[in-house]
Amino acid sequence: MAYISQIAFLLVLAVAGYLLSKRIGRIKKNIQLGKDIDRSDQKGERTKNMLLVAFGQKKMFKKVIPAFFHFLIYAGFLIINLEVLEFIIDGIAGTHRIFAPVLGDFYTVAINIFEFLAVAVLLACVVFLIRRNILGIKRFTTLAGWPKLDGNLILVIEIILMFAILTMNATDMLLQGNDPHYTQTGDFFFSSFLTPLFEGMSVSALHFVERFAWWFHIIGILGFALYVTYSKHLHIFMAFPNTYFARLVPKGQMKNMDEVTTEVKAMLGVGDAGSSEPPAEIARFGAKDANDLFWTDLMGAYACTECGRCTEQCPANITGKKLSPRKIMMDTRDRIEEIGLNLQAGKPSEDGKSLLGDYITAEEVNACTSCNACVEACPININPLDIILQMRRYMAMEESSSPQSWNSMFQNVETNFAPWKFPPTDRFNWADKVNN
Amino acid sequence: MSDKTYKVPTMQEMSAKGESPEVLFWVGCAGSFDDRYKAVTIAFTKILNEVGINFAVLGPEESCTGDPARRGGNEFLFQMQAMSNIQVLDGYNVKKIVTACPHCFNTLKNEYPELGGNYDVVHHSTFLQGLINDGKVTLKDGGEFKGKKITFHDSCYLGRANGVYEAPRDVIKALDAELVEMKRCKTKGLCCGAGGAQMFKDAEPGNKEINIERTEEALDTGAEVIAAGCPFCMTMMGDGVKNKEKEGSVKVLDLAELIAKNQGL
Ligand code: SF4
Ligand code: SF4
Repeated sequence: MAYISQIAFLLVLAVAGYLLSKRIGRIKKNIQLGKDIDRSDQKGERTKNMLLVAFGQKKMFKKVIPAFFHFLIYAGFLIINLEVLEFIIDGIAGTHRIFAPVLGDFYTVAINIFEFLAVAVLLACVVFLIRRNILGIKRFTTLAGWPKLDGNLILVIEIILMFAILTMNATDMLLQGNDPHYTQTGDFFFSSFLTPLFEGMSVSALHFVERFAWWFHIIGILGFALYVTYSKHLHIFMAFPNTYFARLVPKGQMKNMDEVTTEVKAMLGVGDAGSSEPPAEIARFGAKDANDLFWTDLMGAYACTECGRCTEQCPANITGKKLSPRKIMMDTRDRIEEIGLNLQAGKPSEDGKSLLGDYITAEEVNACTSCNACVEACPININPLDIILQMRRYMAMEESSSPQSWNSMFQNVETNFAPWKFPPTDRFNWADKVNN
Repeated sequence: MSDKTYKVPTMQEMSAKGESPEVLFWVGCAGSFDDRYKAVTIAFTKILNEVGINFAVLGPEESCTGDPARRGGNEFLFQMQAMSNIQVLDGYNVKKIVTACPHCFNTLKNEYPELGGNYDVVHHSTFLQGLINDGKVTLKDGGEFKGKKITFHDSCYLGRANGVYEAPRDVIKALDAELVEMKRCKTKGLCCGAGGAQMFKDAEPGNKEINIERTEEALDTGAEVIAAGCPFCMTMMGDGVKNKEKEGSVKVLDLAELIAKNQGL
């Protein structure tokens, strides 16, 4: 009989593991659809950024109240998951609270800490549900459909999972006197508030509730892990690589297009352009579709928490323009998922759609002032501006579809060496005024 | 006020004499052509003269850094501009550059090295801060701005893009003025609306112009002077103040102009 539950547990674990690894493999492949960019330098600086920004949540603390509650959930998540280790060993070995006899009194202390965190997480989730749905905070009210539902679902699932832990512990305590299988652990502070709910129950009913809560919690956690890969909640993992691989150069510096440098050097007859090798094959100047972007951009799209801190600071968005850096990231993720699904289904990668055009419009791309407010605001160092600028390059160099005034400006730079239509010979006229 | 004759030596003149300046003043397109910003160029030139800095300009040999072309997406044009500028700069063996334009500053400092142009580039706010700190510019007590409220509008390409927040503020504080901050300042500063080549086209449809949003915020501080350190910000804030019909009581001035005025230049 006992073996049945062990086998069932192994099955659950295997199915979850299989689905999860398939999904992770898919996401990895999708990210690798992006163009290559080297971020293997400055490992020390990168590690420092990851520790400060992802692990230490440094940028979250620009907004103290959400940072505090977010930190509770984050710390709770990290620490409570230690308990999952025990769940897994118990599930496989058919034991119950295998660490209790090993750790003795410390076990009770540990579980009490977990319970404290569970209650803290629960409270924080309630606060976040209120913030999202009742307080009318603009960066949340502007979400609709799946992203809105997703944000709420995560919080509700976390609340339910925390309740499952507390229920399990409460019934466990009641069983400890009645069933020798249940190791004596000492009292758990928070779940003892729930025991009155179960006090009248028979041992078998208690047993059922305890087992149900146990299974619910572990299946819930595994299911949640799978859910996360489809959700903005993926940031709990992706924030780490994303902060590690984030750009380290000054924010104002645009990435040089080396393929253009080669051509320009050849045109000007300077430098090492003399090599007779044909220029490397250039797929496309700039980005039209998600797979024209760099893998770091795609990783950012998967890391995006959809928090809207970027859009909240965006001068274009604040003044009613269509541009929203959050939407840029969400669209990029949706589109690369779509391309990935096409490839998975064996369809050609060209499906007649593209990120620029079908998801993001020229109007949005053109409205950006390249002010870097979004980059600065992002709690996990995502760079929406990078994507916008690559699309502008596509529009200018592949489609010649830049706004008319920009085309005139380009022409002025080309012929007058200034963005305005002034003759270059007048450039130094200001000096005549210095002495009067 | 001063009857001194200010000089504007060019690199060409200097190199003909076999001399080389300590620093090249990169004037920029706005500093050369924009009527409002020409006054800033002149103010800065006067300060350089007063302090006796051995400087030169490129004069007619200067050319757009290519920043607006690059931000507009035209990488070819940017790189053409950059490479021919680098040829000119390297031809004169330029080592150090100062400029009153954050866009030129960012491009010369951060983007030219990848194309082979390596210079020590500073924005004029940092340069002025240095002159004050070194005692080369001594600000007059009880000058025109003593006790006046001045707010500083962070240019995106100086602030967030390059992390220069304190230099312009130090300059203002040295004037004995009361520096008042806008609600959104420093890392959170709101763009004037002109960056990223927006200066060269109309804004997309929306419900407000960005410069109006920013000007309102500046006016809310009660400052009599909105200080800026960028030609595009200057235009946008100046237009904003006019739009709000406040040009009688609120001035938009560059840091170099503040110092020049204090010195009676
Ligand atoms: S860089 Fe562009 S998208 Fe980002 S905040 Fe500024 S205007 Fe908005
Ligand atoms: S890009 Fe960053 S700031 Fe913007 S929504 Fe995503 S996580 Fe939030």
